[in-house]
Amino acid sequence: MRKSVLLVVLIILVFSIYRVGWRGSGRKTSGPPASVHSVAPDFTLQDLEGQPLELANYRGKVVMLDFWATWCTPCRGEIPHFVEFQDKYREQGLQVIGISMDDGPKPVREFSQQFKMNYPVAMGNEKVAAAYGGVLGLPITFLIGRDGRVAAKYVGEVQIPILEQGIESLLQAK
Amino acid sequence: MKELLKYCCFVVALAILAARVVPSRQALANGFSGGAASAEPAQAQSAAPDLASGSAQLINPEDLFNIIQSSKAEKPLILNVGPSLLYMQAHIPGSEYIGAGSDAQGIESLRRRVRPLPHNKFIVLYCGCCPWGHCPNVRPAYNELHKLGFTNVKVLYIADNFGTDWVYKGYPTIKGQ
Repeated sequence: MRKSVLLVVLIILVFSIYRVGWRGSGRKTSGPPASVHSVAPDFTLQDLEGQPLELANYRGKVVMLDFWATWCTPCRGEIPHFVEFQDKYREQGLQVIGISMDDGPKPVREFSQQFKMNYPVAMGNEKVAAAYGGVLGLPITFLIGRDGRVAAKYVGEVQIPILEQGIESLLQAK
Repeated sequence: MKELLKYCCFVVALAILAARVVPSRQALANGFSGGAASAEPAQAQSAAPDLASGSAQLINPEDLFNIIQSSKAEKPLILNVGPSLLYMQAHIPGSEYIGAGSDAQGIESLRRRVRPLPHNKFIVLYCGCCPWGHCPNVRPAYNELHKLGFTNVKVLYIADNFGTDWVYKGYPTIKGQ
């Protein structure tokens, strides 16, 4: 009897260690301490048409800020969902903004047309990356509330239902 | 009781071993192909040894750090074959920026850089732009060096990204070009 109990405990232990190992190698990771609750750093970048894109102009909206690149496979997988979110929640006050970490705008323009991106995309730089805690791997997605504060930071490929839940809850908050 | 204790030790050891081999299973599952973004021709991919995690062609961050720190170990030439914006934010001290391994220009820069080197030169390639299975850069670069006849090339195994697996683990970095 004692042996059987011990065996069950050990099987649970093996499973737990295995799970920890699996998660450790997975793609959904946490980066450095996210600056959640702090005011999202303002920036002015050039969009793909060469026009200035300033975060401060979107104050009062819920902003989803996506650091991405055309060469980043998980980023590419997320974009169609973001396009859908922009359509679905536009009237309620969602603004998606993409910040590309590509080395130049050419592939970004092509990608943007191909994927029918319906939200502004700007070319990122070291300064904006540093302001957001460093972009040392992609994708990274921030949710910014109507008050301009960072509400959430997702490092790695985001789980779309969780992100949508976050968007809805911020849109409901007045 | 003694027998039970032995049994426990065995099972715990087994569990630890299972946890350690997980990255290799993950990498195998992902195929380490770089997905659709990879620009590497199929021919070169089949010619190079498999880069599954745990293989001799890979080096993990801790081992590379120990080599960098050691006064005795042979110092590798560390080449970054990822996107420049990521490199400029943080890179391994002493590493050189080559260009993205996924584009022809990056591969050409790599060829130029290694041209004068002996084929047994210890070279470490790294990127860290995205999760291991999705990185479009390291495999084409590795394949190119293999094709050129370099025999002592390792690829830094970065499971998630350079931030998570190097910077936030406290390994040294510097900024800029």
